[in-house]
Amino acid sequence: MAYLDHAATTPMLPEAIAAMTAQLAVTGNASSLHAAGRRARRTVEESRETLADALGARPSEVVLTSGGTEADNLAVKGLYWARRDADPRRTRLLASPVEHHAVLDAVDWLATHEGATVEYLPVDRYGRVHPDALREAILRDPDDIAMITVMWANNEIGTIMPIRELAEVAREFDIPMHADAVQAFGQLEVDFARSGLAAMTVSAHKIGGPFGIGALLLGRDFTPVPVLHGGGQERQVRSGTLDVPAVAAFAVAGRLADDGREDFAREVGALRDELAAAVLRAVPDAILGGDPAPGGRLPANAHFSFPGCEGDSLLLLLDAQGIACSTGSACTAGIAQPSHVLLATGTDPDLARGTLRFSLGHTSTAEDVAEVARAIAPAVERARTAGLS
Amino acid sequence: MTQISQRPLRVLAAMSGGVDSAVAAARAAEAGHDVTGVHLALSANPQSFRTGARGCCTIEDSRDARRAADVIGIPFYVWDLAERFREDVVDDFVAEYEAGRTPNPCLRCNEKIKFAALLDKALALGFDAVCTGHYATVVLREDGTREMHRASDMAKDQSYVLGVLDEKQLAHAMFPLGDTLTTKDEIRAEAERRGLAVAKKPDSHDICFIADGDTQGFLAGRLGGPAEGDIVDEAGTKVGTHEGAFGFTIGQRKGLRIGHPAPDGKPRYVLDISPVNNTVTVGPVEALDVTALTAIKPRWCGTAPSGPGTYTAQLRAHGGETEVTAELVDGTLHVSFAEPVRGVAPGQAVVLYDGTRVVGSATIATTVRREKAAAAG
Repeated sequence: MAYLDHAATTPMLPEAIAAMTAQLAVTGNASSLHAAGRRARRTVEESRETLADALGARPSEVVLTSGGTEADNLAVKGLYWARRDADPRRTRLLASPVEHHAVLDAVDWLATHEGATVEYLPVDRYGRVHPDALREAILRDPDDIAMITVMWANNEIGTIMPIRELAEVAREFDIPMHADAVQAFGQLEVDFARSGLAAMTVSAHKIGGPFGIGALLLGRDFTPVPVLHGGGQERQVRSGTLDVPAVAAFAVAGRLADDGREDFAREVGALRDELAAAVLRAVPDAILGGDPAPGGRLPANAHFSFPGCEGDSLLLLLDAQGIACSTGSACTAGIAQPSHVLLATGTDPDLARGTLRFSLGHTSTAEDVAEVARAIAPAVERARTAGLS
Repeated sequence: MTQISQRPLRVLAAMSGGVDSAVAAARAAEAGHDVTGVHLALSANPQSFRTGARGCCTIEDSRDARRAADVIGIPFYVWDLAERFREDVVDDFVAEYEAGRTPNPCLRCNEKIKFAALLDKALALGFDAVCTGHYATVVLREDGTREMHRASDMAKDQSYVLGVLDEKQLAHAMFPLGDTLTTKDEIRAEAERRGLAVAKKPDSHDICFIADGDTQGFLAGRLGGPAEGDIVDEAGTKVGTHEGAFGFTIGQRKGLRIGHPAPDGKPRYVLDISPVNNTVTVGPVEALDVTALTAIKPRWCGTAPSGPGTYTAQLRAHGGETEVTAELVDGTLHVSFAEPVRGVAPGQAVVLYDGTRVVGSATIATTVRREKAAAAG
């Protein structure tokens, strides 16, 4: 059994499980005024401080959400609405075409329902947005832009974006920029204050925390229009009773992710390099996706295209041998569509159908890599016989 | 001579999301085979299709199939065969109606998708067989060849829509429900017992790719709107109008909307559809009697019979059996009926049986009417 789909979700860290289970037995709504409520609130606020510290933010900048999807929706829709309300000319939205669907579909929705004009920024063959391209897009009319959203690192091919440079361009024009940092957190230094971003999404279950909890890091000058209305929790921006056990566990995982980031990148990066080399050795015509330079991609990501293969066939064959990986992101799995990320990088659509993403994590071992090395060539050969249907 | 091989096989179970295919997959797994479930996505845009629980290509069906696979404890995938399905089944369906024939899309799907596109891919990926929830029986003879027979329960038999399978396809087909002598209620009870939530799901009846069951509307959309034409009697006298000859079926009585009664006061039936001049011919029920037919594109389960032979034939899904003499002449099957039969529609299959054994299948091309003894259709 080789679990190589950590970008979909990674096992919870024992420390996070301990923190969560301890809190599950404690009563108290963090919004209540009595002693039980105060106790819960203290846990939440301490957790918030821990997360803020791990992410280079102030505690008040941590808006807790139900996960990455909600944080992305809040940033994209909320900032769009707020900026348009302040000036009705601002209906242009700049986004990278390689975003996760949580951003991409929110952006599309604004285009269909809220009169947004979406402009997808050009990317290079590795799926990277260049600051000059952003500047050029802004300069077409700096006054009609509502917001900008570009992910910190791509979930499929692992390409890292020059987020600080991009954010600097956005700040020059006083336009709020959001980055989905779900895949970056734990693997790269994601210092919110230094990033210059207005908003940044993180999620707990990608770093060893629980499902169902994430955060939008939100600069104090920004007040997005809420998506969820109710009790006014989280700076009146995100209503809803806080999930205290999940928040506590998120904080523990966040602390460990930040403390262990350099070791993780080194160790997992070395395993990833081994895996990439083994796959390319076993299947010489396989193509490594994303930026081949180690500094240009997430250390835990290895993405390949196998000419003449259906990614689905490969996944089935590897799954049957206990190897868990993905053809793209889990959210698009189901009906096979060539990945929008690969299409945006100019990959041939037929080639884009034969992709596999291996993503490593804190439980990955050399034996996992060896299993892939043994299985990949026969699987590719068989999948090629089955061909592209 | 059991239906499911005793040797453990790697089996790909086609799971529509319905109760039959779920129970079939469960039985195959229980018999010790290494089963993987697959749901075929047959529409490029599943949400545009029906949302009820009666079709075979909605997101809900896909979820039901996945749930069933989880309960059975087998891997499950969705395979996108939408393009092949559109080309081989939907486009063929439309073209057949356009030509005035009455196609059977389920049969075409078995022939071109389930036991061709899907089977080929399955074999290439290392599977030994494709398993479906069809009611038919595959018998392994002592010489290693296979025969297909009607299901043990004649009322549920689906060998008619499987008659197009040749022996090679049959060698890799598994129908775990084929020797079931149980009612549909008992299959549902079995599903319930196995913890399959599809136990109570309604049966699918209609054509899966026509969302609302409105075949006429679907065809009108594909063939460019209603084109009004004449309904004429056997003498060629106009008796009414229709909104497009396509979509009528030989033997159809309802939906003709002829305002005035026939001279003899008896109901009139569709006798002939002529797409070239957009004319539908109607007449009395007796005029539907057919004494012979020719059929093309024969497919034999085993070797093609040499010389004339006596068989029973089935002429439409859920149709009865009739005694025939059949002979293959230059690739065309000539079939004569012992007694005249009614409602024979070109485009449908004629499936020949020797007792319960499927001999072969061919597509009806022309029919010979009793009175006029002239080719029609």
